[in-house]
Amino acid sequence: MRQIVLPGDLIATNPKVAGFGTYVENGKVYSKILGLLDKTETSVRVIPLKGRYIPSIGDVVVGIVREVSGNGWSVDIYSPYQAFLPLSENPEVKPNKKPNDILDIGDAIIAKVLNIDPKMKVTLTMKDKVCRPIRFGRIVFINPARVPRVIGKKGSMIKLLKSELGIQIIVGQNGLIWISGDRRKVSIGEEAIYVIEEEAHTDGLTDRVTEFIKRRKSDVGIE
Amino acid sequence: MSELNEKLNEKEKIQLIFGDKRLDGRKFDELRNIKIEAGILKRADGSCYLEMGKNIVVAAVYGPREVHPRHLQDPSKAVIRYRYNMAPFSVEERKRPGPDRRSVEISKVSREALEAVIMKELFPRSGIDIFVEVLQADAGSRTACLNAASVALVDAGVPMKGMITSIAVAKADGVMVLDPMKEEDNYGEADIPFAFLIRGRKIESIALLQMDGRVTKDELKEAFRLAKKGAMEIYKLQKEAIMKKYVSESVENG
Repeated sequence: MRQIVLPGDLIATNPKVAGFGTYVENGKVYSKILGLLDKTETSVRVIPLKGRYIPSIGDVVVGIVREVSGNGWSVDIYSPYQAFLPLSENPEVKPNKKPNDILDIGDAIIAKVLNIDPKMKVTLTMKDKVCRPIRFGRIVFINPARVPRVIGKKGSMIKLLKSELGIQIIVGQNGLIWISGDRRKVSIGEEAIYVIEEEAHTDGLTDRVTEFIKRRKSDVGIE
Repeated sequence: MSELNEKLNEKEKIQLIFGDKRLDGRKFDELRNIKIEAGILKRADGSCYLEMGKNIVVAAVYGPREVHPRHLQDPSKAVIRYRYNMAPFSVEERKRPGPDRRSVEISKVSREALEAVIMKELFPRSGIDIFVEVLQADAGSRTACLNAASVALVDAGVPMKGMITSIAVAKADGVMVLDPMKEEDNYGEADIPFAFLIRGRKIESIALLQMDGRVTKDELKEAFRLAKKGAMEIYKLQKEAIMKKYVSESVENG
């Protein structure tokens, strides 16, 4: 098991190896967040255990429309910063359609982070094939620090969920996950995601999740 | 005037030191019992329950999140808001609810202590809100609150340079004593709360230092020595509390 580090813990003495979750002062590397230490010869980083989602360019996120204005939509992406989706970045916009006919307050969308300016003004785009307005399915909210575990190494965990259950899943980097498909299977998928979130940093997680899905499937009575 | 003198004389009558022991049987450099529990509030991003002797405090951290009202936003860094509040039932005589001169001042100095460790510049235009409620007070509640706030901030995953650990030293019957309780605070000659920034298991700098009453230079040095010793003990407990929460999470699940 990896060692847990707290902010201010000295984790390396070579500033060249400093990675995510660390900071350098006087040539020493300290942890700046609570997390798990991942130390190799060439790099040292801290895997966060908690914390808000901080947007970065290219992330796929699930958001809720909070405001409709003449030039676009304000979208809540569950981060410290509200995002903005301009009309020009939504391919559904047609000259004869009003913005609130396309997306209204409370609608959920899957979008991509297009740009973040130095003032942390976040711009979204829906010009991508994973992006879509969400009209059906279910949204599950988890701790954004656990998102990499739900995806797994090179998408292994998410592939497992999809193939075992035959459902559609899109993971937003902000911790919101959209699932759609057969209702009973979606419920199992949701439970499985909560299992992953709870047990995120334990060994043999993939095996346990596989077993969990099999057990739940036989409980419900689907093959 | 004679009435005041009488009161002063009455004050001096209380004996606080008995040989090498204090009123409650502690040694001069002994802390009160401390109990810390992290992550007790479900709806907060980070939280902490802390008992320090008869002090009971609860801290909650929200954020980084959007700041309202908007004009308080800072385009270059996060704003930190700290609220120290005493519950009306926290003291013997009912305290009138709401902020007063004392709690506003404590909130300000505590906020400034925490601002020195939180990496505000990572979250421009956002805000981090820290709320600390005193449920039961028995001297040194500002130090208890800072300790709780520090644990809650770590629990919330807020990036920080290190941990804040806080402890008070008092002068009672001419002796410097660590972590004073109510009697020593009320009838003692001086009260000096400290807060330290602890980094890499060492005390790095002082984040807060107040004093009421008067001490000599040597006494202040002695106070500093005691406070450093006490702070390291508290730091260990703070660390344990956080470890306990996150280790138990992974242990109970296999």
